[in-house]
Amino acid sequence: MRYLTRRIGLFLVTLWAALTVNFIIPRVMPGNEAQAVLGTFRNINPAALHALQIQFGVNAHQSVLSSYFEYLGNCLTGQFGVTAQGVPVMSEIGSKLPWTLGLVGVTTVIAFLIGTLAGVASAWYRGGRLDAILPPALFIVSTIPVFFVGLLLIYVFAVKLNWLPLGGNYSVGATPSFSASFIWDVLKHALLPALSLVIVTSGLWVYSMRNNMITTIAEDYVKTGRAKGLPTRRVMFGYAGRNAILPNLTGFAMQLGYVLGGAIVIEYLFSYPGLGYLFYTATTDHDLPLMQGLFLFYTLAVLVCVLIADLLTAVLDPRTREA
Amino acid sequence: MAVTDISLAEHAPDVEVTGAPARFLRAVLGNKKAAAGAVILLVMVFVAAFPGLIAPDSPHATIYAQDAAPSSAHLLGTTQLGEDVFSQLIWSTRLTLLVTLVVSVIATFISMIVGVTAAYFGGITDRTLTVIIDVFLILPVLPLLILLAAYLPPGVTSLSIVLIITSWAFQARQLRSQGLSVRNRDFLVAARARGERGIYIILVEIVPTMSSLLAASFLALCVYIVGFAAALQFLGLGNSGQLMWGTMLYNAQQAAALEAGNAWWALGPGAAVALLGAGFALLNYAFDEIGNPALRPVRKRRRSRRRRGRAAA
Amino acid sequence: MAEPLLEVFDLVVDYPTDTADVRAVDHVSFTVGQGEFLGIVGESGCGKTTLLFGVAQLLSPPGQVVAGQVVFRGQDMVRLTEDELRHMRWRDYSVVMQSAMNALNPMKSIGAQFKDTLQAHGSPSDDEIRQRSAEVLNLVGIDPVHLKSYPHQLSGGMRQRAMIAMALLFTPQLVIMDEPTSALDVVAQRSLMNKIKELQLSLGFAVIFVTHDMSVVSRYSDRVIVMYAGQVAEVARTETIFDQPLHPYTRGLMSAFPSIRGPRRELAGIPGTPPDLARPPTGCRFHPRCPEVMPVCLTKPPDLYAVGGTQVRCLLYAEDKEKEAV
Repeated sequence: MRYLTRRIGLFLVTLWAALTVNFIIPRVMPGNEAQAVLGTFRNINPAALHALQIQFGVNAHQSVLSSYFEYLGNCLTGQFGVTAQGVPVMSEIGSKLPWTLGLVGVTTVIAFLIGTLAGVASAWYRGGRLDAILPPALFIVSTIPVFFVGLLLIYVFAVKLNWLPLGGNYSVGATPSFSASFIWDVLKHALLPALSLVIVTSGLWVYSMRNNMITTIAEDYVKTGRAKGLPTRRVMFGYAGRNAILPNLTGFAMQLGYVLGGAIVIEYLFSYPGLGYLFYTATTDHDLPLMQGLFLFYTLAVLVCVLIADLLTAVLDPRTREA
Repeated sequence: MAVTDISLAEHAPDVEVTGAPARFLRAVLGNKKAAAGAVILLVMVFVAAFPGLIAPDSPHATIYAQDAAPSSAHLLGTTQLGEDVFSQLIWSTRLTLLVTLVVSVIATFISMIVGVTAAYFGGITDRTLTVIIDVFLILPVLPLLILLAAYLPPGVTSLSIVLIITSWAFQARQLRSQGLSVRNRDFLVAARARGERGIYIILVEIVPTMSSLLAASFLALCVYIVGFAAALQFLGLGNSGQLMWGTMLYNAQQAAALEAGNAWWALGPGAAVALLGAGFALLNYAFDEIGNPALRPVRKRRRSRRRRGRAAA
Repeated sequence: MAEPLLEVFDLVVDYPTDTADVRAVDHVSFTVGQGEFLGIVGESGCGKTTLLFGVAQLLSPPGQVVAGQVVFRGQDMVRLTEDELRHMRWRDYSVVMQSAMNALNPMKSIGAQFKDTLQAHGSPSDDEIRQRSAEVLNLVGIDPVHLKSYPHQLSGGMRQRAMIAMALLFTPQLVIMDEPTSALDVVAQRSLMNKIKELQLSLGFAVIFVTHDMSVVSRYSDRVIVMYAGQVAEVARTETIFDQPLHPYTRGLMSAFPSIRGPRRELAGIPGTPPDLARPPTGCRFHPRCPEVMPVCLTKPPDLYAVGGTQVRCLLYAEDKEKEAV
């Protein structure tokens, strides 16, 4: 229990840190710049404008501290202000979320499976052909910047071979529906972005999994498992694999931030209208509330995943259950 | 230990102390992957130091045909404005490498100070610093980078600053663990008994024992910095006038190079970034296997062919 | 003489490294009779643990059995495939490792670990599993309620007993033990050893017991093998080795320990350090440290020579003509 309360504490502190970063940054900007940015905003109702002014400290009627607390209060009640177009930040995020969720969610799961299996297998059959090729290859691939993988894939499959579309999430002029043709269209558009992400993130995972697996295999209890005459698969997965993954679940969740970053770049590269692309356009538009809202959202996503991983570890690893 | 323990009958053997640089060199030369990494990095350093030798054309000279495909005159084609891509690639090496190394050195230094201080002082200092490290580790890096970079004037200085801020925490935990394991050794107790101050102990006594972990951390950080710097510039947060691979990528993307026929304007710097990152990563292999002998490659023998899967325990 | 249970012929185990091969076990031969308690002693690095795992076919890479035979129940285990071995594992011979904390899976309860062993070699019903598990725990003096416990919840002594209980699940004919008492305090050690001996005598299994503690060996084993630098230095019945040690190394060991009841005397250690097995000394491996070294010892590696019931690897006991320098 203490373990979990400590982790929740960390969760809250990190959230607070992200909120504070959001608060501090516009105040570090020269005063008239913030004013100028606000000036570009359209369709803002006075209440929203007031909230933004507080956030940016533009019309400093209040002290910094009281602005801070009002800002925190706004955030806790879900009011993240409006974008430069006057649309509430939350709804803007909400509309783009499903696309990114689909892309990142699916690729992360696939990459996790590939990475884990490759790591476990290559560690078990160490010195064999699999181990000689797979981990170094995947690892080197994981150090390749994700945008380069994306560029290559676009060049080969979209430009040269013309098999797959250049970008976007569905063809121009298509109407969203649950029809088979639309779904197929969506999948075609998502294939290259997804492939880029899977290639790079499996590599991230396989190397650490392999090393942890090697260390675990060297543990005496794996030797005992083998000595007891348990079937190979049983020892490999039930004794070594399971024990090797568990302590790393949290580490894996923490890498999610890196994956989300990669998704931003990929969405930009493929003009894929998810949250990452939104972040990019917000940057070029100097749309501060939207950028801050997205940053907060990303932080929250990582935190939630880390917390889930911690919970899973606590539940599955009997050693952490000691009160 | 029982009084009847055999080891009491023996004398303890002397421990050989070999120099760290010699060990490192041996590890690099003996390990194929690390040697490959070293070669890549040496080539990069050479290119960065003497770009004129390889690409005599000025990278900014807009004198050539525009958007030309690769040819013998222009190995990687030309840009939209008529500059030679290969030339730009070569001349960008210097700034790219410089930024990477400087940022990594500073970030590793901060990482080390924070990690070892936390380990050495323990208690409330340790807990506070650990929380700070964890917070920086969880905050998603690229979003934070983008957020920070968007508010600062575009350029190499801002880039370096935001990179340092977001990457110092990367290795801090490992450095802290190492610091913890060293903390109670006799030579440190002796230093404390001599009345040395904490900061002295940290810098002069503890840090030198961690040299291989520091080097490995530095290299690992380089891999990430190379990628993140390029990604930031790719997204447009750098100064497109400054000559770095990332800015080349941005310009290429803005000009839709992939479709326009001079794809190497984009693929060239991309490949260069990948190569540099791979170089650092490969060199780092030398350390992984020094530190953990269990990870060292296993030499295959003919005899055990009949026993598949026996490679375990 | 009854049919031996286990015969090891010329076993060689190598650890290939980047620079040279380290021969951890160099042509070791010995036999174990039914129900016999064989102790193997030697200092750290002499190869005794490697020998043990080599016999049990449990070596970890890069270690490998390079030559020799391990004949158990009429079959040479070195030549068997993993599948054939699996059938024999735990039913015919089991292994007890040094530290139960490391040898027991920390994520599974004791009962779960017993269960997967029982299920790996048959299809017992849940009742049969529960019954047998409780039975073996009772044998070692642990309350069966601990089947639900995890290893970290038990004390050190209890963990070791649980390991021994697990090793007896199928009442094998041979139990191989790698210093199972070295992690315990002296009182727990004595208690555990007594229990092991008691079980051995009542259930009739043979034991190969590796240790670096001479007192354990002297009290419980029938025969003793003294290992040095990967080779067998001396093999004899326990009383013989302690009363009349023949090999200078064994003699050095005997004089290194105080006797509680005997007269006070100066303790002598063995000067020098154990050899680097990557580059062992020429001739007899013990010659750099031997108080009775002869010129021939530097060049001629000694065989095992029989002296009464003892076998000793020392040129002092060779035929006269062999003592001539080569």
